[in-house]
Amino acid sequence: MLEQGSPAVSYAPTEELELLRSTAGQFLEERLGLETVRELMMSDDGFNRGLWKEIADLGWTGLVIEEDFGGAGSGLTELSVLLEEMGRLVTPGPFFASAVLATAAVQGAGAPNQKRDLLPPLASGERIATLAVFEKPRGWDVSDIATKASAQGTGWVLDGTKRYVLDGHLADVFIVAARVDDGIGLFVVEADTPGLHVEQTQVLDPTRRQAEVTLRGVRVGAFSLLGGAPSIDSLRRALAIGTAALAAEQVGGAQKCLEMSVEYAKTRFQFGRPIGSYQAIKHRCAEMLLRVEHARSTALHAVRVVQDEDELAVAAPLAGAVCAEAYVWAAGETIQIHGGIGFTWEHDAHLYLKRAKTSSLLLGDPRYQRHLLGQALGL
Amino acid sequence: MPMTDADGVRVDQLIDELVATHPPESTTPEDLWGAQFDLGLAWVWHDDGFGGLGLPRKYQSQVNRRLIDAGGSTDNRLINLIGIGMGAGVLAAHGTEEQKRRWLRPMFTTQEIWCQLFSEPGAGSDLAGLATRAIRDGDEWVVNGQKVWTTLAHLSKWGMLVTRTDPEAKKHQGLTYFVVEMEAPGVDVRPLYQITGEAEFSEVFFNDVHIPDENRIDSVGSGWRVSLTTLMNERVAIGGNTVPRGSGRIAEAVRIWEESGSTDPVLRDELIHLWAEAEAARLTSIRANEMASSGVPGPEGSTGKLSWASLNKKIASFTLDLMGLEGTLYPGGYQLTRPTSLEAPGPQKAFLRSRANSIEGGTSEIMMNILGERVLGLPGEPRVDKDLPWKDVPRA
Repeated sequence: MLEQGSPAVSYAPTEELELLRSTAGQFLEERLGLETVRELMMSDDGFNRGLWKEIADLGWTGLVIEEDFGGAGSGLTELSVLLEEMGRLVTPGPFFASAVLATAAVQGAGAPNQKRDLLPPLASGERIATLAVFEKPRGWDVSDIATKASAQGTGWVLDGTKRYVLDGHLADVFIVAARVDDGIGLFVVEADTPGLHVEQTQVLDPTRRQAEVTLRGVRVGAFSLLGGAPSIDSLRRALAIGTAALAAEQVGGAQKCLEMSVEYAKTRFQFGRPIGSYQAIKHRCAEMLLRVEHARSTALHAVRVVQDEDELAVAAPLAGAVCAEAYVWAAGETIQIHGGIGFTWEHDAHLYLKRAKTSSLLLGDPRYQRHLLGQALGL
Repeated sequence: MPMTDADGVRVDQLIDELVATHPPESTTPEDLWGAQFDLGLAWVWHDDGFGGLGLPRKYQSQVNRRLIDAGGSTDNRLINLIGIGMGAGVLAAHGTEEQKRRWLRPMFTTQEIWCQLFSEPGAGSDLAGLATRAIRDGDEWVVNGQKVWTTLAHLSKWGMLVTRTDPEAKKHQGLTYFVVEMEAPGVDVRPLYQITGEAEFSEVFFNDVHIPDENRIDSVGSGWRVSLTTLMNERVAIGGNTVPRGSGRIAEAVRIWEESGSTDPVLRDELIHLWAEAEAARLTSIRANEMASSGVPGPEGSTGKLSWASLNKKIASFTLDLMGLEGTLYPGGYQLTRPTSLEAPGPQKAFLRSRANSIEGGTSEIMMNILGERVLGLPGEPRVDKDLPWKDVPRA
């Protein structure tokens, strides 16, 4: 694995991808824009249902869902273009939780009839789903899950607490990872199931919300276990897909940071010249370009090899580690290059720093991603 | 990837012909390279008759791959690194028909080795400030001055030489470019010992060296333009190659880690960190090549040399960390010799050698200026020398 060639993949954007990018970018600039982002950021639920409906009508929520289940049947490459554009605007809302993470989990672990039930309303945007997995602050290793599912009668009873559940306060349905006798299973739990309690938490990045989900004696039917059996591999795969997708979003954000920094360096004068003419600033911008391009390469690669299980095991954590670090660093440098104004609430730089830092922790921090990468490489 | 378009088919047929008429197993490499040149397979993007076919660059990798599969070799690109990597591009862009006819074929077959005479003790990053003088004398030019950091000078037949021909002109405008015969009277090549104890490079002194005017490249005063072509080719040659995943210096680090049997989590994280950085840079090179061959070069193309320089230094230094006290040894000692082979150096020598990566072929600071100014469009520094006659520019 270490020295074998990676699969030959084309990274150049096709005309279709470019069209998708420009349409998506234009839509978000016009319908969302950073002012609206700020309104949503300060609102109770961080969510605009009208905008969500428009996004759904554009086919975004069902982009990667099979046509048989009401989606467009596209791949992660197409989805990553949307996420990159969304990342540029720190787009709020449950898109990543529902259309990426939960969708990937259902697609990977669900039996055909479960997919037929669950996916069409996710594709149409009528319902919102989220993945409830993590419980401990650095508990990204899913073999370590404590939430228990006990067989009772023909169904199951779930007990435990899920934390850091993305957009849990908006979810109509949860995909809950829980321990069964012989492994980790993924359970479909409706938000209104008795014993399930959801509480939104205060978050560092208010453009992406979280909730704490408590399950006390939550009874679900036999049919709610995705695939009818434990499926830790499906869960890991969904998280790898999520990591690759999140990497694309991180590239979009980092690219925007680079553009903001370069623009400011050209127009801010000190000592009688634009600050971008000083090497101290120019070289930071050049390094930012370098790191953004490296990050972009890993993200482009990861979303293109998703069908190749062995390669995804390398490419997803590679992208996860590289893109997260690049974005956090670029967002920090953006504040530094802007000086005092970059530290104000009024300036947009902090939106990116908050998104960058939290994104780098959501599915495994860069160290954990490197641990996964090392495992895949046999190191 | 089999080539199915008409040009690809033609290239394939020519390779078939080359291998049929010159079976690699019974042909000397030099003869095979000569035949390769004559069929236009030396550098397919050059013109017909000069080792090329006038095709896009991308077909060259097909030629090289098939040649190696057939038992041939592309080592000429290493043996005559400067000639084939930079000189050929300069001749193609600026040479006369006669110059191309005279020099390209023996360059490609390695019969005549080339070197590049650019840097001077007083002109490193500020190459256009160079002081080696060439004065016209009838049909000849007489050269006096000194060059440094010349790769392969002691083995070379020809040198690409940039000189000052008009000290009264602004510094970029008074330069002229020549091809100088390295065995000509008055050329003195001396080894320049570097921190590894080897003399990979030379200092070259010019004492009343006569160069015929027919060896001038492009017009008098256009030396800066020709130099830029040379440097462009150099930076592509340094940063633009794509290598297999996990190969090169990072492979050495991984090998040493595995042999050490260590399970230290801090060292492991750092190793994987460097592996990931190397892979990100590698993917970026692949992407840059893909974009360049499809005719849309983007910013990813300008970043290669800069990234590899800093990565090589980090990996080489970390490799000695992995070796612990073994890293304090220097097997073979400092011999003060010319390096004798193209063999990869051991980790300790590689550590020392890597320090030049961010200096040679344009320092990383200059590369970052280029990225900042040409790619990102940031304003340049105020310049005190640009509009002065070269002779009036302050120098220490």
